[in-house]
Amino acid sequence: MAADTLVGMTRIDNNPSDAAPDAAVTVRGLVKHYGETKALNGVDLDVREGTVLGVLGPNGAGKTTLVRCLSTLITPDAGQATVAGYDVVRQPRQTRRVIGLTGQYASVDEKLSGYENLYMIGRLLDLPRKEARARADGLLERFSLTEAAKRPASTYSGGMRRRLDLAASMIGHPAVLYLDEPTTGLDPRTRNEVWTEVKRMVAEGATVLLTTQYMEEAEQLASELTVIDRGKVIAGGRIDELKAKVGGRTLRIRPADPMELRPTATALDEFGLTGPGNATVDTETGTVLVPILSDEQLTAVVGALTARGITLADIATELPSLDEVFLSLTGHKASAPQDASPAREEVAA
Amino acid sequence: MTAATLTAPTAPAAEGRIGLRGNLRHIGALVRRNLLWIRQDPESMFDAILFPIVFCLLFVFVFGGAIAGKGHQEQYVNYVVPGLMAMMGMNIAMGVGTGFNQDFQTGVMDRFRSLPIARSSVLIAKITVEIGRMLVATAILLGVGFSLGLSVADVTGLFEAIGLAMVFGSSIMWIFLTMGVVMKSAQAIQGMGFLVLMPLQFGSSIFSPPSTMPGWLKAFTDYNPLSTLADAARGLMNGGLPVAHDVLITLIWSAVITAVMAPIAIRKFTTKT
Repeated sequence: MAADTLVGMTRIDNNPSDAAPDAAVTVRGLVKHYGETKALNGVDLDVREGTVLGVLGPNGAGKTTLVRCLSTLITPDAGQATVAGYDVVRQPRQTRRVIGLTGQYASVDEKLSGYENLYMIGRLLDLPRKEARARADGLLERFSLTEAAKRPASTYSGGMRRRLDLAASMIGHPAVLYLDEPTTGLDPRTRNEVWTEVKRMVAEGATVLLTTQYMEEAEQLASELTVIDRGKVIAGGRIDELKAKVGGRTLRIRPADPMELRPTATALDEFGLTGPGNATVDTETGTVLVPILSDEQLTAVVGALTARGITLADIATELPSLDEVFLSLTGHKASAPQDASPAREEVAA
Repeated sequence: MTAATLTAPTAPAAEGRIGLRGNLRHIGALVRRNLLWIRQDPESMFDAILFPIVFCLLFVFVFGGAIAGKGHQEQYVNYVVPGLMAMMGMNIAMGVGTGFNQDFQTGVMDRFRSLPIARSSVLIAKITVEIGRMLVATAILLGVGFSLGLSVADVTGLFEAIGLAMVFGSSIMWIFLTMGVVMKSAQAIQGMGFLVLMPLQFGSSIFSPPSTMPGWLKAFTDYNPLSTLADAARGLMNGGLPVAHDVLITLIWSAVITAVMAPIAIRKFTTKT
């Protein structure tokens, strides 16, 4: 375990007693308020060593605040968090030695070249000159930036900048890597580029806490998922578990009369057919979504609605996307409620 | 990298403490960053290079005759150049604040603040580079001054004057660093800076002897640390005047400003979210 090779003492003692034995990050009851805004309102989570935990949530859910707490950039108001056994509040210096951070914005110095950026960070991490040079060259090579190594980062494309940013967070061989919305604002092709790199890092055994508002990204990169909304964890577990929790499939039912949307949902709830989740109404498309577990349930749903005299215009089964998982967990869509600016959403004030 | 990812970083710092050598290494790396900036963006040196030239020429030729009397420009060179040395530090110091503020607009400050380095080393590196810029500005100012007939009575005194201006200038930098952290935009700092610096610079003995000013203004200039610094520099460079008192007062001002502002700057910087 990384733990034992680390310099510090007092490390395991910091982990809460209920923490998983192989937890690299443990968060218990983390709270951070900005005036009236409860950016974090009692968050619990664990990241097991060598795994990727996806933290999924809409804008303003508290994702960035969480990452900033865990990387010692801000101090939580209450609760506890340990990273590789170090308490982020009481042992910030030790914590900084074991983390790597890639923010929503490429946090590289645009005026410096790719090489100079990495060399500088190597030196700041106490690598001897020669080693810092070698590490910079190695990482540039690895992230396919060798050709651009001497150019100022301001001339890089969006994807190149993120890759440089990833390389920068890898210099210190961090025990835990935070990726805060690593592909926000990137076009699909560039997004794939970043995903490929992250997948490679994961395959090599990195422990990653990844925040994202893209379901697809979580599905692609994470093995476990914590869904947060308005500063609280609303669900967690393996991605397939979460999917199962809301049903193996989703039935999308469109009553012929839009006025019958609510009665349809009510009928299904009363019928008790909805398995682990409840029927939800999607007024935008005029449909009711019902998670189901088997073909028998599908038949039963149709039967129940016929018995109520509800005429159906359309009925379709789909595999639930993470969007729908979110919808059925929170009762609202996984989109920005009012916050239009994706920038520094949770850092305001 | 499987194994490597899980190994501790190489530095063995005991319980995360950063030793003096480590701090110096970090400051060195950050100084290098700032120097690379200048290479990348030479225009950022304009204030240090052009400012002394423009101000020196402007004051000697446009106002010099009026202040010292027609044909006495050379005497005025000896009067104004030590004063401009005092002023140079202020203008460079303002640049510290705006540059620092811009760092916060990008994510690079987050990166520094999540690294295991003393957070003050980011500030100290900045100040080190700016002192270097001040030296460049002073050298250019003296170059222009000498070409206009500046005479220095005492070379030791000249270096003492330069040293004194540096000490005072770097204490002022802490004020601007604090503003760089606290204020929202670089423009705000610039606006605010001019508002404060203009009266301080012109309401002093930098450009003209306060003896010609009305009583209330003279009272202000007498207490203005820029007057004290300008008088001290003048005495040291021109010789023949008692300077001990002015030097002492300037050093006290520097010490007090640093003692008050440096902790505030570091604190604001450390706790900025």
